Formats: sequence, C-alpha cells, structure tokens
Amino acid sequence: MTRLDLTHISWTQTLLRSRWPQFLLRAITLAGFVFTIFAGLFGSVVGSHNFAIIFVWIAWWTALKLFFIPFGGRSWCSICPIPMPGEWLQNGGILQPCGKGIGLGKRWPKAMRGSWLQAGGFLMVGLFGAVTLTSPLVTAIVLMVILLLALILSLVFERRSFCNYLCPIGGFTGLYAQVGPVEVRVKDADICAAHDEKVCYDACPWGLYPLALKSSANCGLCMECLRVCPTDNIAVNLRPWGSDLGSKTKHNLDEAFLGLVMLASALVDSAIFLGPWGQLKSAAYAIGSLPWLLFAGVFIVVALGILPGLYIAAVWASMRLGAIKTTLRQSLAQFSQLLVPLGMMAWIAFTISFAFAKFSYVLPVISDPLGWGWNLIGMSGTSWVGQSTSFSLLLQVVLLAVGLFWASRVARRITESVKQALPLIAFSIIFSLSMLWLLIG
Amino acid sequence: MAPQTCRRPDKSMESKALNNATKRLWKRWGWIFLFAVSLLLILFTPLPIPSNSPADRNIRIEASMFQFSPGELKVNQGDRVTIELVSTDVVHGFSLDGYNFELKADPGQTATGTFIADKSGVFRFRCSVACGNLHPFMIGKLKVGPNLLLLRSIALSLLAVIAALVSLRMFPDQQSRYIK
Repeated sequence: MTRLDLTHISWTQTLLRSRWPQFLLRAITLAGFVFTIFAGLFGSVVGSHNFAIIFVWIAWWTALKLFFIPFGGRSWCSICPIPMPGEWLQNGGILQPCGKGIGLGKRWPKAMRGSWLQAGGFLMVGLFGAVTLTSPLVTAIVLMVILLLALILSLVFERRSFCNYLCPIGGFTGLYAQVGPVEVRVKDADICAAHDEKVCYDACPWGLYPLALKSSANCGLCMECLRVCPTDNIAVNLRPWGSDLGSKTKHNLDEAFLGLVMLASALVDSAIFLGPWGQLKSAAYAIGSLPWLLFAGVFIVVALGILPGLYIAAVWASMRLGAIKTTLRQSLAQFSQLLVPLGMMAWIAFTISFAFAKFSYVLPVISDPLGWGWNLIGMSGTSWVGQSTSFSLLLQVVLLAVGLFWASRVARRITESVKQALPLIAFSIIFSLSMLWLLIG
Repeated sequence: MAPQTCRRPDKSMESKALNNATKRLWKRWGWIFLFAVSLLLILFTPLPIPSNSPADRNIRIEASMFQFSPGELKVNQGDRVTIELVSTDVVHGFSLDGYNFELKADPGQTATGTFIADKSGVFRFRCSVACGNLHPFMIGKLKVGPNLLLLRSIALSLLAVIAALVSLRMFPDQQSRYIK
C-alpha cells in the first residue's frame, strides 16, 4: 500500500529528530494543564464561564476527536503533558535521558495488562460524566489525581505504564489510532534483525520494539526510536486510513471490550447531553442518589450487557456461517476491528452535534478564563446560545453513514463470504440507527 | 510459419484482455455513477408531506433545572404555535434552533410567544440563560411534521452497506485474504 515516509523529507525529518519542537509543545500543554487545574480550583463555579470546562471538554476533547486522532493517530500522546513530570524523574533529565533516573522500574503486573483498565476508566468517565464535564472543581480534582497517579506509577513501574494500561484517553486514542493515517515502522527489517543492540527498544517509553510493530494502537509517536536509531532505519509514514485493519492483523479480546465500551459511551453520552430527557440529565448529575444509581445500573447494563450481548450474538452467528473453525474468543477478538471505524465515526458525529453549538464559548473564556469579569481580548460576554444548523445535522448523517460503510467493508474483509459478514453488518446497522435516532431523531 | 501461428493467438488474447479491462472499467464507473445518483436521490428527492390544515396550538412548558417539561413537542407544518414558558426555579430561556424564536421567563413568571411552524423537521430548543452546571445541555425537541431527515438517513445507511459490499467486489482489496 502507498506510504509517504516523512523521514525522506529534510525539514520534516529535522522537526521529528530534534527534541526541541516536541519539548516546546509539551511545555505549552503542561502550562495549559496547570492553568486548567488553577482555573478549576479558583475560577468561577459556572462551567460555561470557566477555562477548565470549556478548554478541556469543549476545545481539547473536540480537537482530539476531530483533528488529532483522524489526522494524526496518537499524535496527542506525543505532546500530552500528563506523563512529563514522571518521565523527567525516570530519565534523570528534562529534555533527554541523562544518566540514571529515579524509580523502581518494576514491570506492570501481567494480569493487569491490555486495555481492560482503560476501558473501565472510560466507563467511570461516563458514569460520573455529567458532573465531571460540567463542574470546574471536579474537573480540576480529576486532572490533579491523574497527574499524581501518573507520577507515582512512573516512580514504581517502568516506562509509561500509566499511559499504556490505565489512561482512559490513552485507550480511546489507541483504539482509534489504528485507523489513523500515521505510523512508525522500520524501513528494512533485515537491518534491525542484524543489529544486536536494541537501542530503540531501550529508548521507547512505551516499551515497544519497532521491528515488531504491526499496529499503531500502542505507539505514542514520541519519535525516540527515530532519534536513537544508529542506522536511520525508522520510517514515519503517512498511510491510508484504516491500514491496521484487515484479515492479516492480530487483535485481542480486550480490544473488543474497549470498542464496545466506547460504543456504549457514545450512545449514553448522546442520550444524556443531546437528548430531551430532563430526568435522565438530573439522574446522571445527582451522583449517589437513587435516580443516579438507576442511571448507573442502566448504563452498565447497556455497556456490559445489551451491546456486548448483541455483539456476541452477531459474532456467534457469523462463526456458524463460516467454514474456518475458530473459537468464540478468537472471533470476538478478530471481528472487533469493525468496532473501530464504527465507533470513531460515531464519536465524530456526536462531537459535531455539540461542538458547532457550543464553540461560541471558547473565545469568551480566553477573554475571561476564571470568570472573574476580565476582558483580556475584548471577547467577554460574546457567547451565544448556539444551535444545530441543517448543515451540521446533514454532516452527522453523512459521518454515521461513512462509519457504517467503513465497518461493513471491514466486516466483509475479515470474513470468508458476504453471508458470514451479514450478522456483523446487522450489528453495525443496529448501532448506527440508534445513534441516528439519538442525534437527529 | 511458426512465428505467424504464434502471433495470431497473442493478438487476439491481447485484444480480449483489453476488452475485459475496458468492460471492468465501465462496470466500475457504472456502479460509481449509480451510487452517486442514488445518494443524491435519497438526500434530495422531494417527499410528500401529509397536509393537515394549520391549527392554533397552545403549549405550556415548565422549565426547571435542567429540563423542559414536556421535553418533546409535536406539531404539524403550518401550525401557529404559542409557547407559554413557565420557570419554576431560576431564570430560564427558550431558544429554538432553526427559528428566530426566543423567550425568557423569570422565576414563577410566564413568558409567552407565538411563531408559525413553517419549516418541517426536528428542531432542538435550548435554555438560553445560564442556569447552572448542566445549562448547556438543557435541551428539548420540537417535531414539525414527519422527520424526513431520519427517513432519508435510514435509506442512506442501507445504501452505505450495499456500496461497501459492492465496492469490495469492484475494487478488491490487496490486504484481504478472502476477496477474489
């Protein structure tokens, strides 16, 4: 398949090889992160007037889904500030590893590997989302806890264990980075195989060996392998969307679980935040109350019962219609690929539905980030109610149709016949129609 | 003589291969054309809307943190709709997507306004006065006539599935182990 290696272009190679551009971007995001915590703790309690809410849940969350992942895979991870302090201690240096760092360097427990905990974390975000997404104080506390957790874990465990196994956003971006248009791969496998010193593996904060890279799910695009490779054998490719999906790629059961949690979260978030059901919103907001417990119960039944049940039924039916004998576990893992385009397009459609309406909050909050009555750029008080235009509605429809088209193609590519693909396509249709009903129904 | 007898079948095979390639190309473009036309028809074909004689409708909506009650309204296209917005706690607003219609009700007070529901479809209405943390998501739904966009979307979804299956047959994927 067609690839464009960015290391063959001199200016992109310079940009990628140098640690400075990335460091500067990370310094900016770290400063923004610290300021967000400050704004959440000391700014206005009204979410729509506070930098913490608008920048985290409207600007950044939107940018992640509409820009970073679709056009850069895990590119956000390469400039994410959360693991920075821990990494400085591990490396014993700020810009690059210098001597022996601090930390026990233990390996992450085998039983807790995979994306199970990330999926669980994402479920938690959904369960407490109505408060986290609207309360500046809670947002600040959550960000502080994440920063502290990442720091502590980096002192106990090796490399980016927090990002690899715990970060819910890492799980989200990793899952959908498989269809992103960027990948790090080796140029010539023979050169790597003949090279005894695996400096790239030692340098990789994600614990990956570039020669073995088949998927971009776990590669955080930090470019350390590119910087340390003595033979200039690392390629940073622009590739067609969806390159990690197909009958030849290997997938695990935790990906199926993560993919299903993402689909369920997209459905539940659409119902809470875009639906006309006031009681559902109140229930999701009143954490600890009886209505919230009911809401949490329904959410968990949808995420862990109904949707996985439908998926298992579709996979089982598909297995029955195929000639090649596999176990249910293998098929659940292998067929989980169709959840990736389906989920990514659903999240983009969901984001379009509120981003268009709510983006007017961004400039006013730059003008008055703490809600203290400032007017730094003369834009305070310029936010308007915002509305869904007919263009935004049509765009959501088209995005969901593209998701279904893509998922159907993937379903057909990973099965033996159209007949075998049909149950998987039926599952995709049910999900897409549910999203359609929630977004434009 | 031998070269001549060899060349004849070569030429005919070449032209046969060329013919097949041209046919395939025409077939592919035919499918693309068919899907493009179907897409346009699904999205833009005017559909008959059941005509009901316009009526006057009075709808009372109670606004409280963070819900409108009722949250879903249904009227016919052309109806003259009068909204009575009653706020039961703090100040709330009512702003209707797609219509230039807005109301604001003080606590315990009623605000009234009228508009003609001349556009069909489903429109969100939102609270337009910051009323608390969930204010940006205080949303209701007004249905004017049948939801044609939803019907078109369902048809589009089915077209997407058919297009996906046909596209793999027309443009076989190199990665696929199974597609011939």
